[in-house]
Amino acid sequence: MSSLLEVAGVSVTFDGFRAINDLSFEIGAAELRAIIGPNGAGKTTFMDIVTGKTRPDEGRVDYGEPPRSLLRMSESEIARAGIGRKFQRPTVFEQQSVRDNLMMALRNDRAPFGVMFWRAGEADVDKVGELAEEIGLADELDRMAGELAHGQKQWLEIGMLLAQDPKLLLVDEPAAGMTLGEREHTTDLLKRAAETRAVVVVEHDMEFVRRLECKVTVLHEGSVLAEGSLDHVTANQDVIDVYLGR
Amino acid sequence: MIGRTFLLRHPSVMVFIALLALFTVGATVLSEGFGIGLISTSFVKTLGKTLCLCLIAIAMDLVWGYCGILSLGHFAFFGLGGYMIGMWLMYERTKSIVVEQLDAAPLPPTPEEVREAIGSQIFGVVGGSDIPAIWMFADSLIIQLALVVLVPGLLALVFGWLAFRSRVTGVYLSILTQAMTLALSLYLFQNDSGLRGNNGLSGLQNIPGAERISQDIVSIWFLWASALALGAGYLFAAWMVSGKFGNVVRGIRDDEARVRFLGYNVEAYKLVVFTVTAVIAGIAGALYYPQAGIINPAEIAPIASIYLAVWVAIGGRGRLYGAVIGAALVSLVSTWFTSGQAPDIPLGFYTIEWVDWWLVLLGFGFVLVTLFAPQGLGGLVDALVRNRQTVAVPPAAAVKPVEKASEAT
Ligand SMILES: Nc1ncnc2c1ncn2[C@@H]1O[C@H](COP(=O)(O)OP(=O)(O)O)[C@@H](O)[C@H]1O
Ligand SMILES: [Mg+2]
Repeated sequence: MSSLLEVAGVSVTFDGFRAINDLSFEIGAAELRAIIGPNGAGKTTFMDIVTGKTRPDEGRVDYGEPPRSLLRMSESEIARAGIGRKFQRPTVFEQQSVRDNLMMALRNDRAPFGVMFWRAGEADVDKVGELAEEIGLADELDRMAGELAHGQKQWLEIGMLLAQDPKLLLVDEPAAGMTLGEREHTTDLLKRAAETRAVVVVEHDMEFVRRLECKVTVLHEGSVLAEGSLDHVTANQDVIDVYLGR
Repeated sequence: MIGRTFLLRHPSVMVFIALLALFTVGATVLSEGFGIGLISTSFVKTLGKTLCLCLIAIAMDLVWGYCGILSLGHFAFFGLGGYMIGMWLMYERTKSIVVEQLDAAPLPPTPEEVREAIGSQIFGVVGGSDIPAIWMFADSLIIQLALVVLVPGLLALVFGWLAFRSRVTGVYLSILTQAMTLALSLYLFQNDSGLRGNNGLSGLQNIPGAERISQDIVSIWFLWASALALGAGYLFAAWMVSGKFGNVVRGIRDDEARVRFLGYNVEAYKLVVFTVTAVIAGIAGALYYPQAGIINPAEIAPIASIYLAVWVAIGGRGRLYGAVIGAALVSLVSTWFTSGQAPDIPLGFYTIEWVDWWLVLLGFGFVLVTLFAPQGLGGLVDALVRNRQTVAVPPAAAVKPVEKASEAT
């Protein structure tokens, strides 16, 4: 299997503290993967590295076909190359409508002058409508994003990711603060998204990860502790010691 | 580019243009030049200058209120625009005087003699008579007009490119822009800067080729030109922020990292906004100084750009009419207080002289607005309009999604 993203031997040090330590990770083109690990394991930092926010001290990060190094690309170039990211805390543009949030994310020309003259066409309006339907916000298109409930903001952010039509989706703790019903909806969204692209989900909640029914990578102190099915990793003694046993 | 649907969707733009037209016609009718002479020519000039200040306030609102870049250097661009047009005005005016004088001599003057005479006329005050290289095109109105746009634009482009590329943001960027305008003003203060040091350029109210036309008339021309520029600037700014470009720019203000991860090159957007607003500021300056009659380096002292930010804050940033209200109100009131028209208040033991105390009053007003109307005076206008709408519109119509006014962030 050829991989879409390959991270090899990556390390990051913050003021002498090794947040990521010789980490290696691979994911295929249409794969759903969960990353679990205790707080401070380096999950968010891992996403920072892939999306260009943090530059590693050493190691390789290759992406795409043919593989290209992401280490020399800016955040916006990486995003345009097809890597979308959802932050841990929902970050939507609160002072803009749901529609404007989705329109801004929609895959279109990103250059300033192109955008200045751009006006939404019928196809764009339809696409936004479809997305809103999918994330359950079809009735909220004209509301300010800041007025949405917490769970709805999370969905809006996922909708903005889907609007970008990325090849690789990185999702940081999507279920945090959601009710049970909202969690189920979120699981469905992510599973459906992974049918056509690679999706990496960071999550704390074991039940949520179980429902994703996918391969799991356990992170601990900045490196991979175990990898495999959820049952496989939860049976691993090291994993029980550092994570589940607490 | 700016179609009818755009205007229909943004009624506030139409209201603004209508009010501006009304104001201009009103001032013309009341003027000495074209009307019944109720307002003096010097007041017409004050009004015209105020329109130019409103235009640079719109530029400031775009860059700060919409894009979140607190530039404290936009008056440098305003001043440069003034200098560029001032060079042509002063050169051509001096030339016509010189030619007239030399024509009285028995022999017709050679071009060298004319140049020399112009040089000593203009630069005698800084102890020179050579015309500096930067005055190379001063005899061409077309080129100097192009420079009104190009010089501020290029300075902003280079400065912005360096600053944004290194991800300088927030207060550091503000300090950097202050340093830029301070450096420029210090440079211009030098006698060998080629722009007459602290004397600056003067006599700018005299339009070459129109010397015989009275200032009563010329002042009205400039009032119209300023109104036209303000109207066009307002339309352009409203158009620019009305679509997705405006959404991206506001996104940069609210969360620039998020915009980056959506694939937008944030630095390029900031550079576009910074440069475009510098050009608008340059145009505003080029219209302002012929009405002021004189420009000198003190005009671009760091404090001028800070006042600009205060106007926009008082008017309410992130809404274009707010910037206009703030600039018009504060600059007019400021003129009234600082020109000695406001009556001093004798307290017996102390006399409040407004020339000195105006700044205290302004600071006090600024604090009051910040505390009680954080959205600025423009925010009060918003609240007023909203209140009247909720009263006037029947509930059934209010439920229907109304086209939102995107200026009202
Ligand atoms: N910018 C930073 N500066 C210093 N330390 C950081 C920075 N980012 C993350 N860290 C540290 O790196 C470790 C990993 O953090 P993070 O990736 O956020 O963990 P997780 O998302 O798995 O909870 C933590 O100990 C955190 O304090
Ligand atoms: Mg985290």
